[in-house]
Amino acid sequence: MSTPMGFGRMHRKEDARFIRGRGGYVDDVQLPGMLYGAVLRSPHAHAWIRSVDTAAAEAHPKVRAVITGATLAGLNLDWMPTLSADTQAVLATDKVRFQGQEVAFVVAEDRYSARDALELIDVDYEPLDPVIDARTALDEGAPVIRDDQEGRTDNRIFDWEAGDRAAADAVFARAEVTVSQDMLYPRVHPAPLETCGAVADFDKVTGKLTVWCPTQAPHAHRTLYAMVAGLPEHKIRVISPDIGGGFGGKVGIYPGYVCAIVGSIVTGRPVKWMEDRSENLMSTAFARDYHMRGEVAATRDGRIQAIRVKVLADHGAFNGTAQPSKFPAGFFHVFTGSYDIQAAHCEVTGVYTNKAPGGVAYACSFRITEAVYLVERMIDVLAAELGADPAELRMKNLLRPEQFPYTTPTGWEYDSGDYQKTLQLAMDMAGYDALRREQAEKRARGEPMGIGISFFTEAVGAGPRKHMDILGLGMADGAELRVHPTGKAVLRVSCQTQGQGHETTFAQIVAAELGISPDDVEVVHGDTDQTPFGLGTYGSRSTPVSGAATAMVARKVRERARQVASAMLEASPQDLEWSVGESGGAWTVAGTGASRTIQEIALAAHSNLELPDGVEGHLDATCVYNPPNLTYPFGAYICVVDVDPGTGQVKVRRFVAVDDCGNRINPMIVEGQVHGGLADGVGMALMQLMAFDEEGNHLGASFMDYLLPTALECPSWELGETVTPSPHHPIGAKGVGESATVGSPAAVVNAVIDALAPYGVRHADMPLTPAAVWRAIQGDPIRTDLAIT
Amino acid sequence: MQVPASFEFERAESVGHALELLERYGPEARLVAGGHSLIPMMKLRLAQPDALIDINGLAELSHLAVAGDTLVIGALVRHAALLADPDVGRYFPIFHEAERVIADPVVRNRGTVGGSLCQADPSEDLSAAFAAVRADAVIAGPGGSRTVSIRDFHVGPYETVVEPGEILTELRVPIRPGAGSAYVKVERRVGDWPVAAAGAYLRLGPGGVIAEAGLGLTAVGAEHFTAPEAEAYLIGKEPGEAVLREAGRIAAESCEPQADQRGPVDYKRHLAGELTFRALSRAAARADGSQS
Repeated sequence: MSTPMGFGRMHRKEDARFIRGRGGYVDDVQLPGMLYGAVLRSPHAHAWIRSVDTAAAEAHPKVRAVITGATLAGLNLDWMPTLSADTQAVLATDKVRFQGQEVAFVVAEDRYSARDALELIDVDYEPLDPVIDARTALDEGAPVIRDDQEGRTDNRIFDWEAGDRAAADAVFARAEVTVSQDMLYPRVHPAPLETCGAVADFDKVTGKLTVWCPTQAPHAHRTLYAMVAGLPEHKIRVISPDIGGGFGGKVGIYPGYVCAIVGSIVTGRPVKWMEDRSENLMSTAFARDYHMRGEVAATRDGRIQAIRVKVLADHGAFNGTAQPSKFPAGFFHVFTGSYDIQAAHCEVTGVYTNKAPGGVAYACSFRITEAVYLVERMIDVLAAELGADPAELRMKNLLRPEQFPYTTPTGWEYDSGDYQKTLQLAMDMAGYDALRREQAEKRARGEPMGIGISFFTEAVGAGPRKHMDILGLGMADGAELRVHPTGKAVLRVSCQTQGQGHETTFAQIVAAELGISPDDVEVVHGDTDQTPFGLGTYGSRSTPVSGAATAMVARKVRERARQVASAMLEASPQDLEWSVGESGGAWTVAGTGASRTIQEIALAAHSNLELPDGVEGHLDATCVYNPPNLTYPFGAYICVVDVDPGTGQVKVRRFVAVDDCGNRINPMIVEGQVHGGLADGVGMALMQLMAFDEEGNHLGASFMDYLLPTALECPSWELGETVTPSPHHPIGAKGVGESATVGSPAAVVNAVIDALAPYGVRHADMPLTPAAVWRAIQGDPIRTDLAIT
Repeated sequence: MQVPASFEFERAESVGHALELLERYGPEARLVAGGHSLIPMMKLRLAQPDALIDINGLAELSHLAVAGDTLVIGALVRHAALLADPDVGRYFPIFHEAERVIADPVVRNRGTVGGSLCQADPSEDLSAAFAAVRADAVIAGPGGSRTVSIRDFHVGPYETVVEPGEILTELRVPIRPGAGSAYVKVERRVGDWPVAAAGAYLRLGPGGVIAEAGLGLTAVGAEHFTAPEAEAYLIGKEPGEAVLREAGRIAAESCEPQADQRGPVDYKRHLAGELTFRALSRAAARADGSQS
């Protein structure tokens, strides 16, 4: 694979180190004199802490510090703010509120001793009734979880609504057909292969704190540490090295990070803390947990007129979702999806339960995953009610190209789209009509086969700063580009790759703008001392925001090069034309052959060439990009499954995915992201789940119980593309990182339910394990979020 | 990173040496072979043995051969070796079908037959497979060796008749002409423990009637991983669909499955019947030569 001069397929620059095992992760950091931390966690979901006795642990010969909630209270660090302006206990002082909550932190000379010492800490708990089933959280007399908040008498976090209730109700009142369906998008976990952890090194002499941590948002972490701990921000350096998967679970600040920092301050030595797999699954940010009721009003001939949704959102014990401040339910109100619907209304109630905090994680695009699942399931429920073909029903109701830019009934302005073309391509690739014929033949033989469609519209690239901030920090991103005298460039960006290939993609953006090879562009990221401010990588925002900043800063450099070239060529800047030929980018005097390449210009910019007044020399530039709107990638997915009715086993036979993410910078990387997201979707639809028993025990706290899909559950993905460039993005790109995770679960579930239609099944909740499918066939579906009894 | 508590480590040079080490360290010592159950349990600190006695170097426990009319499987034979052996596949397709769905290739390269049986997990696939073929287990101890029917080997969840000072050394499986066998498993995902699984072994006698029937069931609360009433029912009958379905029904009734996140009781009981039927059907087809 040759290196293109800009966009195109090229091998990932970062793979040279990854495939040699030479990536550098937090757990690879080794510092002289480094100590190791371990967290003591609550075995109870809800209990008073009567006492914490650390004497025996402190007497362990290799233990250097034992930190408890009381220690932190003395530093005013026992509670910390969450990304949703709630508070979260760093180490519990009064109560524990979920199983796995942090209670104490041991710092020792080695990992083994730290872990041994945890067993020497004696905590006296007085168990309380927990709130496990979100549907009972608001019951009269339910235990109040957050009695730390003054005046609180219940577990309600917020009520929030969007859309026009009266308008929607009016349509429903006179609709020819209405359908209603309850559904659960269960609690799942991003389960990155690298768990969370930190190395904290506080230098008492310089007062400088360095934190190595696999964070998706290093700058946000630095600012929050400054605000919470009172350390001056310029004395804090956050380094996010290679990350072994983030998926949103590495946006927030976890208690273990704070404990590692305090541990380093207390001991005067660097402290490393890495959580283990069970800790990761039990305590770090989960995703989803939306109990939804969807309703659709339509005409008998299949025109969708209105949609209403009620959501009960389980946020766990602390409201720790990471989303723009104005939107407590994230971007869920994009739930009208890809359809021309005149009226819509949703209401979301967030509740506390005795489960781990989180909520927005796992490639969900700020709850668009839940919204897409809701609307795409509802379309199929409507199709079943009408006896309509789900593809035809979608085709009839999809927005038409001439409607863009389109403002939805809940206020989103979709920038561009050509939906029918994309759905038709997916149907052609799948051979939709032939599949329906095959299905009919199989049904006649008693062999269930299902075809499921999902059409999604994403809203990514948060976001315009006047609408979007996290804890008051606006969501604009900086970029800085240096061009060295020999024409090689260094790009510094605030976003942080977790496997998305930024070092390649962003180099390609610079390469395309400057007409140089991506091999000549080094991308620096993940170190707050080395990069400009920005809010990080999540919500598929890197290319829409930092990618745009990159293109804009490269254009600034190009304009500076024009000034220098004009001095070199003794021509007016206005007479110069930019072109990228085989030998790269160059400014040429219009109508002549007089030309200077970007490399020649770079050298001259640093030379003794006399420059006109006002031209500074050098080519370096910085830029901050404040996106005017989100970008709206979309896609059409078709899944084909076979179901064994005797065992309930589902086999995903085929999966066709047509994505439109605008212009593709590196199609190979895009396809890789789509592959990963589709596998995620199969996992969530068929096997992944964190259920809890009535005591609040986590029933999915290891990879034996929390199942991730393997290659054997995944078919050979069949990918297609259409290209509808974003009209407002500098390079017409849209984010794609979460598209497949957002779009695919509904396709898989729709396929399984389609297969079960002969048994009268209209819905069953994820994950559609063999047991869940068999019980759905029996007409006795199981509640997937609770222990199976 | 999960780290175990501290423990002593010894490498055994022979079965005799291993027995000596077991005696020296007492009942809190554990033998380690593949370690695929023990090591994770130690890392989770669910197991905290005082000492590990590593028997991986004992070539004398790694034999796998047909001796006369018996298939002899050393306790240290790796899953992958059992799966790769053509004789095993020829005489006992049930073992190959079971091995193909045990964990994944990485685990199968290291995990052992004896370790799987001694762990006595109530969801162990091989426990059902060996029960179906009525294997014998040979156990060495300070006083010499003894032989126990595999159907007496497991005495409860995670419990066997192997005493703290003893070692399981080999499994012996009788080879009889005219037999067919099969193994069928339902799992939530490849590599997972079974939701339920069933193994069947059928030998047909004159007239095509069933002369010998062996059933193995796992993860469904089948006592000793088998279903003797269903086996007895099959004797003397032609293996038609109705007969095999009825055997499945009887087997399902004899199980005591427990609900967990793999499924509720009614589903697991249903699977016990359905999978018994499917395994019997394939075993019968192999016994009469209509399927390989």
